[in-house]
Amino acid sequence: MIRVKNLTKKYGELKAVDDVTFDVHTGDILGFLGPNGAGKTTTVRIITCFLLPTAGWVEVDGLNVFEHSLEVRKKIGYLPENAPLYSEMNVLDYLHFIMGVRGILKDRWSQRTKEMINICGLGPVVNRNIGELSKGFRQRVGLAQAMVHDPEVLILDEPTSGLDPNQIAEIRSLIKELGKEKTVILCTHILPEVEATCKRVLIINEGKIVADGSPAELQASFQGKEQIYIELKTPFTDVESKLANLENVEKVKEILTNGDDLKKFTIECARGVDLREGLFRLAVDNNWVLLEMRKEQASLEDVFRQLTTS
Amino acid sequence: MSSHVVVFCKKELRSFFDSPIAYIVITTFLLISGWFFFSDLFLVNQASLRNLFDIIPFIFMFFVPAVTMRLISEEKRSGTIEILLTLPVKDYEIILGKFLAGLILIVVAVLLTLVYTFTLSGLGDLDFGSVVAGYIGLIFLGATYLSVGVFTSSFTQNQIVAFITSFAIIFALYMLNKVLMFVPNFLASFFEYLSVDYHFSNISRGVIDSRDVIYYLSLVFFFLFLAVRALESRKWR
Repeated sequence: MIRVKNLTKKYGELKAVDDVTFDVHTGDILGFLGPNGAGKTTTVRIITCFLLPTAGWVEVDGLNVFEHSLEVRKKIGYLPENAPLYSEMNVLDYLHFIMGVRGILKDRWSQRTKEMINICGLGPVVNRNIGELSKGFRQRVGLAQAMVHDPEVLILDEPTSGLDPNQIAEIRSLIKELGKEKTVILCTHILPEVEATCKRVLIINEGKIVADGSPAELQASFQGKEQIYIELKTPFTDVESKLANLENVEKVKEILTNGDDLKKFTIECARGVDLREGLFRLAVDNNWVLLEMRKEQASLEDVFRQLTTS
Repeated sequence: MSSHVVVFCKKELRSFFDSPIAYIVITTFLLISGWFFFSDLFLVNQASLRNLFDIIPFIFMFFVPAVTMRLISEEKRSGTIEILLTLPVKDYEIILGKFLAGLILIVVAVLLTLVYTFTLSGLGDLDFGSVVAGYIGLIFLGATYLSVGVFTSSFTQNQIVAFITSFAIIFALYMLNKVLMFVPNFLASFFEYLSVDYHFSNISRGVIDSRDVIYYLSLVFFFLFLAVRALESRKWR
């Protein structure tokens, strides 16, 4: 659906986007991740025909963004960062304005407006001025604006910023729903959002793509240490040193020891080494009561931090 | 005309008339022009609109930039331009729609001064040919000022900058034929030709010459063209 090839954008000497190549297929929900200033917004602005690249090209549904700019823009619904809207207009007028520009026939307006009000939950604010709305409602008006022409491609730049947890959950389930038939690009730096909604993740750092895959694949590719969490019950105090002396153990960190016999540790070892059997035997030999033991999954956050800090 | 231009024009007109902008601007315009008009009328004691036609080009210098200053700069400042320019419309349609909305506001303001004209026609004989020509001239003049304002509004996100620069350009265009004595002879006719006031006084004498009309239309086209280019320049920056 969207093909981005060798895309480069320079602002003066600064390379905001540096030789980026990726494809997005119909029905994908792509999480476009990166720290602030990594080049997410610039890439998205090129796809939406707001900016021209310095080099490389973008195709949406087989149409080049330079040669068929208007056709491409018809296929895309775009919610820019912070949902910039006309604050002096009321919600209904604004949606009508967008439908007018989008060339939606007037006899479909009222039906389309109703649908948008339902989907985005705009009922209570239809006749209010956009300037008076809370940030959550503004985001939803922005979302309605992006979806009103039923686009094939939906590009959302940080759609949940400034929303409360309930609204965030609503928007996420909405995006998931939309992603069943449409192509969605979701720019964000909020990682749980990606884990909750995206089938595919693209991480960009300093203008370059540093990771591309499903959230599970990215977690599997994590290069850090393996961690095991263990909870023991024992009156002995030499537990930590005994753990540290176990073969293959690289680091032992005590999490909590209160006055009771309860002791909690995280134990680090190299990737691919399974310590669990050894730990079990050690506990049995020393007569420690093993209450809990689990392998810690590398979170997307760990992956993200590893790839975007150097 | 493309339906997009109409949509943009309507939207802009609504935001003029939904906010106090249109009313404040029109009322102030009528008060100032009316005051100048009537305060001189009884001194001269002659039924002529000369005075009105002399003062309006001057008032427009402030009035028109006040109308145009926010047209595009505000979209840039608030970021709404990002949605606007990713809609399936051509850049020139946006510029033209906004320009036409401004023009309608100006025409409304100018036509409201007809009240003065009718008052005057009750007091003495009016040369209606030159009155009609004068009004047409005012609208051409207003359109030219507007195109300058749309242009300056399109290259900045600061309304004050847009206002001051459009005022400066309009002032220069207006003053060109008043500084002829300081200009070398071979440039004098050129300066005169470029001056908006020179062409306006031609028309308001009652003769609508195609040369004057072409002059105004080409200035409007020139500045609107620059505005479109300023809008497009974002792409390469």
